Amino acid sequence: MAEASTREIYGKTLVELGRQNNNIIVLDADVSPSTMTNSFAREFPQRFFDCGLQEQNMIGIAAGLAASGKTVFASTFAVFVVCRCFDQLRLCISQPNLNVKVVATHGGISVGEDGISHQAIEDLALCCALPSFTVVVPADAVEAAEAVRAAASVYGPFYIRLSRPKTPIVYPEGYHFTLGKAVTMRQGKDATIIATGIMVAKALEAADTLARQNIDCRVLNIHTLKPLDEAAIVRAASETGAIVVAEEHLAQGGLGSRVAQIVAKDKPVPMEFVNLGDRYAQSGTSEELLQNYGLTAGDIGESVKSAVKRK
Amino acid sequence: MPKRAFPETTSPSNKFNLSTAELKEIAKKLRRHVITMIATAGSGHPGGSLSAADIITALYFRVLRHDPKDPQWSERDRFILSKGHAAPILYAALAEAGYFPVAELATLRKMDSRLQGHTDMTLTPGVEMSAGSLGIGLSFAIGVALAARLDSKTYRTYALLGDGECEEGQTWEAALAAAHFNLDNLTAMVDCNGMQLSGWTCDIMNLEPLIRKWQAFGWHVIDIDGHDFGQILAAFPRAERTKGKPTVIIARTIKGKGVSFMENNVAFHGKAPTREEAEKALKELE
Repeated sequence: MAEASTREIYGKTLVELGRQNNNIIVLDADVSPSTMTNSFAREFPQRFFDCGLQEQNMIGIAAGLAASGKTVFASTFAVFVVCRCFDQLRLCISQPNLNVKVVATHGGISVGEDGISHQAIEDLALCCALPSFTVVVPADAVEAAEAVRAAASVYGPFYIRLSRPKTPIVYPEGYHFTLGKAVTMRQGKDATIIATGIMVAKALEAADTLARQNIDCRVLNIHTLKPLDEAAIVRAASETGAIVVAEEHLAQGGLGSRVAQIVAKDKPVPMEFVNLGDRYAQSGTSEELLQNYGLTAGDIGESVKSAVKRK
Repeated sequence: MPKRAFPETTSPSNKFNLSTAELKEIAKKLRRHVITMIATAGSGHPGGSLSAADIITALYFRVLRHDPKDPQWSERDRFILSKGHAAPILYAALAEAGYFPVAELATLRKMDSRLQGHTDMTLTPGVEMSAGSLGIGLSFAIGVALAARLDSKTYRTYALLGDGECEEGQTWEAALAAAHFNLDNLTAMVDCNGMQLSGWTCDIMNLEPLIRKWQAFGWHVIDIDGHDFGQILAAFPRAERTKGKPTVIIARTIKGKGVSFMENNVAFHGKAPTREEAEKALKELE
């Protein structure tokens, strides 16, 4: 599979949007070479503000700009913009429902060698707990570009989680993204793997392997965690009778919790969860970490078998 | 160099443009509203509203370019209340200026009221920022001031902070950034009443020397008596004339100002007066 990094495409997409709309302002907190907002800064220096190592101040500034009619993209690493700035996200952006797009890079443990201080594994729970936010985790670079375009065109607060490493491309060029709409990546009748972010590629890999073992898996990409495509989840539960949720996140409060809530209410079926559980990871390469912390296609495959057994 | 005469205020476009004597009367009226509102609500923060009353009166009735009939007027000066617990004094000023009926002040903190316990920009006409968590307003004001520069607009941005609020780290992040961005269209004001929820600021977390701190962060500092209209009104044109850097007005005030038993009394930071206390206070404010 071809690979590309979602943060790289973010930088390119921002430039494209900046050319179309001079109301777009971009903020960063000293990490623009890493978040790739520096591409925007080079082309539109007047509309780019480096807030230095002041993430909380950056979110306040973003709110002030948005309250003055600007469409603001604010970027830094996910741990800093979500965990450090949660009060600012809540008071300045969520409560007044301002047009700020928080696009965070370095989500999940695939950040790798920088270690646990830099691995955002609770960001989805926190952002899904902000009532006016739309929360999106693109599965690949193609979807990341689409998600960023969608964020620019729809009013309101967004949290978009991107990754540091290059990740497999799962979509063909020309893929059409619809906010809040789950994508059936593969049809199947025995179970559904619901995945988000980098786990979508692994879910597809798991489904291929399971197919050879006569387990026919549906794969659903939920790129928009909030608002959730409840209908697609209920359909998957009704039609396949077993669900496995895979995400690069803690067990609590992320996609697994959110899907379980819908399944429990509308169509209870056996469920299994592939995630980090309730623990921090450590330093290592992305692949080593994903393997050692149970986030591989193999882990998904095993979970599918357990879920199917309980049908 | 020939001396240039500057007017007492540089805001002839304030449509009220009240005299100092009239401002004093309005300030008293706003203080009465604060007492009545908080007593009626049965909760709220009288101390910090009363200390900020004269500054807010001067802004709305003499300094700010604003139009109560058109709260979203694009050219309006922006007033950002960072110390959100002083919402009652802002509501009182907005009501008297005509943003909404004065009778609505009685709904403070009640279910379905537009006048929430702390400011909510989505509900109240004239409120520019939702506040309540301290230390955030100056950052928000930077965003508003940057937007003015980006859009080549001449409106000015004012942010009122509490002195206790200057204990928040984010206030100093914003102080650093406003100077870095050379925001001379931004004026901060610190309502230095010397007290915070649980006591004297100097005992809880000393801020002094406050002037030297702001100067060191790159700001033009004006130190005034925050209850003297002459000094308050003189400070704003000085701020406006200062180019290349933001100005902060350190307003020395008295918490609970205007009501003898609330002055410098920490008990009235966040406590409503009883009916008897309210009556006594209103008598003093006649």
